[in-house]
Amino acid sequence: MASTHKYTLPALPYAYDALEPYISHQIMTLHHDKHHQAYVNNLNAATASHVQALEKSDVQAQIALQQAIKFNGGGHINHSLFWANLAPASSPSAKTEAAPKLMDALAEKYGSYEKFQDEFNAVLLGLQGSGWGWLVKKKSGELDIVATKVHTFEAMIVMMREDANGLQDQDPVVGAQPVFGVDMWEHAYYIQYFNDKASYVTGIWNVINWEESERRFLEQVGQLKL
Amino acid sequence: MSFSRLAIRPIVAASGSRRLATSAVVVKHKLPDLPYDYAALEPSISAKIMELHHSKHHQTYVNSLNEAEEKYAAALHAGDVTAQIALQPALKFHGGGHLNHSLFWENLAPKSSGGGTPPGGALAKAIDATWGDYGAFKKVVNASLAGIQGSGWSWLVKDKETGQLQVITLPNQDPVTGKYVPLLGIDAWEHAYYLQYQNRKAEYFGAIWDVINWKAAEGRFKV
Ligand SMILES: [Fe+2]
Ligand SMILES: [Fe+2]
Repeated sequence: MASTHKYTLPALPYAYDALEPYISHQIMTLHHDKHHQAYVNNLNAATASHVQALEKSDVQAQIALQQAIKFNGGGHINHSLFWANLAPASSPSAKTEAAPKLMDALAEKYGSYEKFQDEFNAVLLGLQGSGWGWLVKKKSGELDIVATKVHTFEAMIVMMREDANGLQDQDPVVGAQPVFGVDMWEHAYYIQYFNDKASYVTGIWNVINWEESERRFLEQVGQLKL
Repeated sequence: MSFSRLAIRPIVAASGSRRLATSAVVVKHKLPDLPYDYAALEPSISAKIMELHHSKHHQTYVNSLNEAEEKYAAALHAGDVTAQIALQPALKFHGGGHLNHSLFWENLAPKSSGGGTPPGGALAKAIDATWGDYGAFKKVVNASLAGIQGSGWSWLVKDKETGQLQVITLPNQDPVTGKYVPLLGIDAWEHAYYLQYQNRKAEYFGAIWDVINWKAAEGRFKV
């Protein structure tokens, strides 16, 4: 039987205080070292149990583990994507000029960058409970804004695994790939913004990594690697 | 949309559509006063959490529910079924948020007012009969709270049909409805504990038992 792959917490590509004042040092520390680490630990525990279940040919146990793998695997993928699609506000990556092709596509689809921001903000603030907002590129090449609730973490996984065989009839966001995402769980902003999530949403535009977003946008759908 | 409008209008008109859009019919919901001070549940729940939770979060649910009901009344008045259906998620989310938090504040009490005193009477008997004893019951609730993936609530409920007790979890602000009567609810949204406990939510789930007001749950159990 194959040994289990161990997932590890990726290092942040910048310092914990690098996103100040938009995301505080304390939030980044807790979010990365505690929350993301917990997803990684729980994912490793679940995959290790799955190996045991496979060895015993215990189908029931394998199916019982699916939710834990989806939830923690989704948490690991989403946060890995999130760290990489943020950048210090003063860096060249955080300037929209770093994403010329993506900016053209946004203007074409939404009328202007500002109108896109308005729509994206509305999706983020319209989330009822914990979840994420994503800009995605669909298989057709078209851009779209999607909200993923906690139980649709798996949608993101499917997006990334989507291949030519297609799974289009299972989910409206299948076949798309994330360009950038914003974590709307309360742990992502509460210590700094409390109930004022609108200010968190306004602030985060200053730290979007447009260089990384451009790279993902130009990548062929389904090719994206963490 | 025009089809449904045509189909519905006569019914709405017959029931007096003008009254539906007036404030006389759509009664505004109000934020209930807390039955104790913001600091009264310390150290289990900090004053800062209680203040934000009650005066900001709950207030927002109340405001948004009033807004949704007003829009709903207008959609009823106009016979616009599409608009009514589009308003359903907002009504459920903010209506649920208002109901859940109103129940939650009553579910809590400072130690000096009986908070943390184990359940008594018929409810205690029912808990023992279902789970063995109070300690075992608390373990079941804590496991259900820990298992919530994202925002949600755990509830001790009574099944109206069988009279049986059950622990259930509901996502987001989905309220307890249907055959279940809510007896005790615990808010597992991050805003309920994050300022004090951060990612250590198990500590919050452990500490909240010291301020549970079982008298409120016993009252709901009898009804
Ligand atoms: Fe997060
Ligand atoms: Fe709450």
